[in-house]
Amino acid sequence: MAQHQTILAAIDIPPQKRKRMPRSRSQKQTPEAPASDSTMEKESAVQVGDPAPDTILPAPQLSPDAEILARAQAGDHHAFAHLYSLHKRRIYSLCLRMVGNVAEAEDLTQEAFLQLHRKIGTFRGDSAFSTWLHRLSINVVLMHLRKKGLPLMSLDEAMEPSYDDGPGRSFGAPDLSLTGSIDRLALERAVAALPAGYRLIFVLHDVEGFEHNEIAAMLDCSVGNSKSQLHKARLKLRDALRLSLRKGDRR
Amino acid sequence: MTTDPRNMGCQEFRNQLSDLVGSGADVENHPHIKDCDICRELYEQLRTIAEAAKQLFPDQEPEDHLWERIETAIKKEDGITGAK
Repeated sequence: MAQHQTILAAIDIPPQKRKRMPRSRSQKQTPEAPASDSTMEKESAVQVGDPAPDTILPAPQLSPDAEILARAQAGDHHAFAHLYSLHKRRIYSLCLRMVGNVAEAEDLTQEAFLQLHRKIGTFRGDSAFSTWLHRLSINVVLMHLRKKGLPLMSLDEAMEPSYDDGPGRSFGAPDLSLTGSIDRLALERAVAALPAGYRLIFVLHDVEGFEHNEIAAMLDCSVGNSKSQLHKARLKLRDALRLSLRKGDRR
Repeated sequence: MTTDPRNMGCQEFRNQLSDLVGSGADVENHPHIKDCDICRELYEQLRTIAEAAKQLFPDQEPEDHLWERIETAIKKEDGITGAK
């Protein structure tokens, strides 16, 4: 009974939204993009043909999402296509943030949905479906980065940020003042330029909203290591932003 | 050996900063930050970056062709495994 109820809870809060308000979806949406996942879920649930609820559904009160999930688990290709349409945006965006490259993000999204197709029958509702899919996708990305030989934790001392150009040198230098506001695009560029390990920690913690203990489990490192890497990542971003501000001032 | 926070130097404070921030400690009211403008500025800059991160990389829609690729790959896999 309890398991049945958890499977019904297919609409859920992804990890990214657990610690904060949902991201604004008003930016960078393509014209055909839905206003929100939930809107699309409601609209498209009607469009998917032949639900044949009497023969397929295990319970009469399944939500539209749980119904699609149940049908996809039963091997219904149209239902799987619909699951893709519901989750593609979030999974693609996750991959894109983690690798910073469109072609790779597409490959990884493809691999994540292929894995979903292989494993969807094993989903038992112990966690919310979107959380499960999110984790599955992160694992796909991590596996990919490991295969590429990229260290998931940055260990290169030469790459580590330092304090030697710290605020103490910046007295009276307005170009070093970051406090208050940050150029989002400059910060995105700086994140993209981070060594892979630092970018990974920063994206998982500060952008995706995972806790250090969750990241430590994912990356097989200690919580202290996760905290330390995040701190260094932020320091490197600060250095990069200051550099970018200096260049901007010279123009 | 941990120094009394009131007597902490900049280097020691910075060495502990990642732990302090990560543990959710009240860094803003740390005795060293109250006395040291330099470290306060550093902390505020790092905090601003962490806050700004929440607005980074808004969700994007993948290209339409991606589903075609996935669908083809699924069909190929199903063919290989002898789809039931």
